[in-house]
Amino acid sequence: MIYNIIILSLREIKRNLLRSILTTLGIVIGVASVVMIVTLGEGTKIQVETEISKLGSTMMTISPGTRRHRGASQSAKPFDIKDVEAIRRESSFISDVAPLSMKRLLVIYGNENRRSQVAGTDKHFTDVRSWALSSGRNFSYAEEASGKSVCIIGETIRKELYKSSNFLGTNLRIGKISCQVIGLLESKGEVMFSGDQDDIVVVPLKFFQRRISGNDDINQIYASSINEYMLQDAKQEIELIMNERRPQRDGTESRYSVRAVQEMSAAFQGTSAVMTAFLSAIAAISLLVGGIGIMNIMLVSVTERTREIGIRMAIGAREREVLLQFLIESSMLSLFGGIIGIILGLLGALVIAPLMDIPVIIQLDLIIFVFIFSALVGVVFGFVPAKRASQLDPIDALRHE
Amino acid sequence: MGTLNSLEKGESVPVINFNSVSKVYGMGENKIKALNNTSFTINKGEFVAIMGSSGSGKSTAMNILGCLDTCTTGDYLFKGFNVKSLTRDQRALLRRHYLGFVFQGFNLLARTTSLENLELPLIYRRIDKEKRRTLALSALKKVGLEDRINHTASELSGGQQQRVAIARAIVTNPSLLLADEPTGNLDSSKSIEIMELLKELNKTTGLTIVLVTHEDDMAAYAKRKIIFKDGQIISDKLN
Ligand SMILES: Nc1ncnc2c1ncn2[C@@H]1O[C@H](COP(=O)(O)OP(=O)(O)O)[C@@H](O)[C@H]1O
Ligand SMILES: [Mg+2]
Repeated sequence: MIYNIIILSLREIKRNLLRSILTTLGIVIGVASVVMIVTLGEGTKIQVETEISKLGSTMMTISPGTRRHRGASQSAKPFDIKDVEAIRRESSFISDVAPLSMKRLLVIYGNENRRSQVAGTDKHFTDVRSWALSSGRNFSYAEEASGKSVCIIGETIRKELYKSSNFLGTNLRIGKISCQVIGLLESKGEVMFSGDQDDIVVVPLKFFQRRISGNDDINQIYASSINEYMLQDAKQEIELIMNERRPQRDGTESRYSVRAVQEMSAAFQGTSAVMTAFLSAIAAISLLVGGIGIMNIMLVSVTERTREIGIRMAIGAREREVLLQFLIESSMLSLFGGIIGIILGLLGALVIAPLMDIPVIIQLDLIIFVFIFSALVGVVFGFVPAKRASQLDPIDALRHE
Repeated sequence: MGTLNSLEKGESVPVINFNSVSKVYGMGENKIKALNNTSFTINKGEFVAIMGSSGSGKSTAMNILGCLDTCTTGDYLFKGFNVKSLTRDQRALLRRHYLGFVFQGFNLLARTTSLENLELPLIYRRIDKEKRRTLALSALKKVGLEDRINHTASELSGGQQQRVAIARAIVTNPSLLLADEPTGNLDSSKSIEIMELLKELNKTTGLTIVLVTHEDDMAAYAKRKIIFKDGQIISDKLN
């Protein structure tokens, strides 16, 4: 019988095709926005996770904090190489430590030049950042110790300045100083929080201090824990070591800060989750409005089809069959709306995702949920009109003009 | 519904037994006795015309006969079964299995082909698709519209629409065909066609028919004529 009633319902939907389409518009829009928002939200999440793994999920940065000096806040004392050595010596949860001093400078090769990040560090830098060399070699101990004028370049430098693969052994100019290219870093691409990772020239710290900054300061220390699970332990360990090395004199001074990349992105993730929830709520409301639209049209339809209902009853339709027919009609409508909405939502995500530079993750559970939900919308909002239809008096219904 | 299933076609009991049936509409001051203590019996194979002036209670009687409504007092036995004891849904089943209706306004489903209209009562009877088609085609043939299978109501003349409606009423092979002013919307030549058709059906299949009409010409096609006045039967004669 259900099968037959489905046939009857489909005939009714087909009979009023245009109205059926208009009826489902609300559901289509609601479902499409839910599907699109949640799909894009998931894409963003995946994207952020990829970004973290690019930066290194075990990585921490240690920066000098700020201090109050005569009422104004200024940067606390920078680190020096002894701090790096202390961490390297005393820690047990940390696998690699590297000092880092950076400056944006004009980098020149031949006729090409470019303002890039110049980083003074040591050979552990590549391990801390889990960053492999795609060709050439890392600094030797001797080069580090003597501050030799050698450098490792990022992919962007190679692409923009060299435009060829003949760069090893060439002399790159950093400002006025010339240094020999000994290696090339693998491409990491753009990272959401810190831009183009490949736009970098890495030189030995001593070279940087002597020839570029002119002092013995270290602006930042990079460290990475042995694995992700030891991240918190490693962080505490660094705090213990650094507390000892940078004693606090008054309560206002922030002597340094240790931040895990993961935590920075967790904050971002939190915001994006809130956004997704907020937009989903709006989408859910539009689904609700779509449901009310269906109810409205079904009520109109019951009134319009009063005589038809009378005929069905005279012919022998029971209350439950009339009820079922209208319920099936409304849920078919919302289901069609749901299917079209799912398709449009996914298409929308496919169009927008590349603009946001995020992947499209098709979530089957979301689609199944939305599918069932839209059928339910039809059942719930179709119930009142269906009940009304089934309660009609056949004689009155037949007499209806 | 177990009890209803005992309604076997071809039993010797009368198809219709109206026993002191009254129908009262409204209450107090506005009380209208649409039927006042009416009694009559109609047997299988009869062809009865009900006549009477407007407001005399003909439609009220037809609604009760068709189990669309119940009487206020008295008893209506359909094939010996008291309809009063049935629920709304049970009466719907009784209509589904034993009754056929023809209305003054044809009442075909809009934008629906003749075939689909005829399938409707068969669908409610849970008859499978192939059987539905055979039955519908043979009913359309009986009313002479086998070449209008896929026409919708708007593509048919009034007379043709009423013939489709008759086909829809007889497609389930009912025990009783009820027609309230079936020729009321038709001109006289079409009316005659319809009456001829009903007469023919009554004669060839032994179908019991009760119809309401205003016109003596039409009533003349029936075998028996009952006249109502103010909710009461004032005449009940064979033609
Ligand atoms: N649903 C109703 N409510 C109140 N009065 C009704 C209703 N149906 C019919 N009547 C009254 O009952 C009387 C008989 O009506 P009806 O059976 O329709 O007459 P007929 O079909 O012979 O013209 C009329 O006076 C009519 O006004
Ligand atoms: Mg009448």
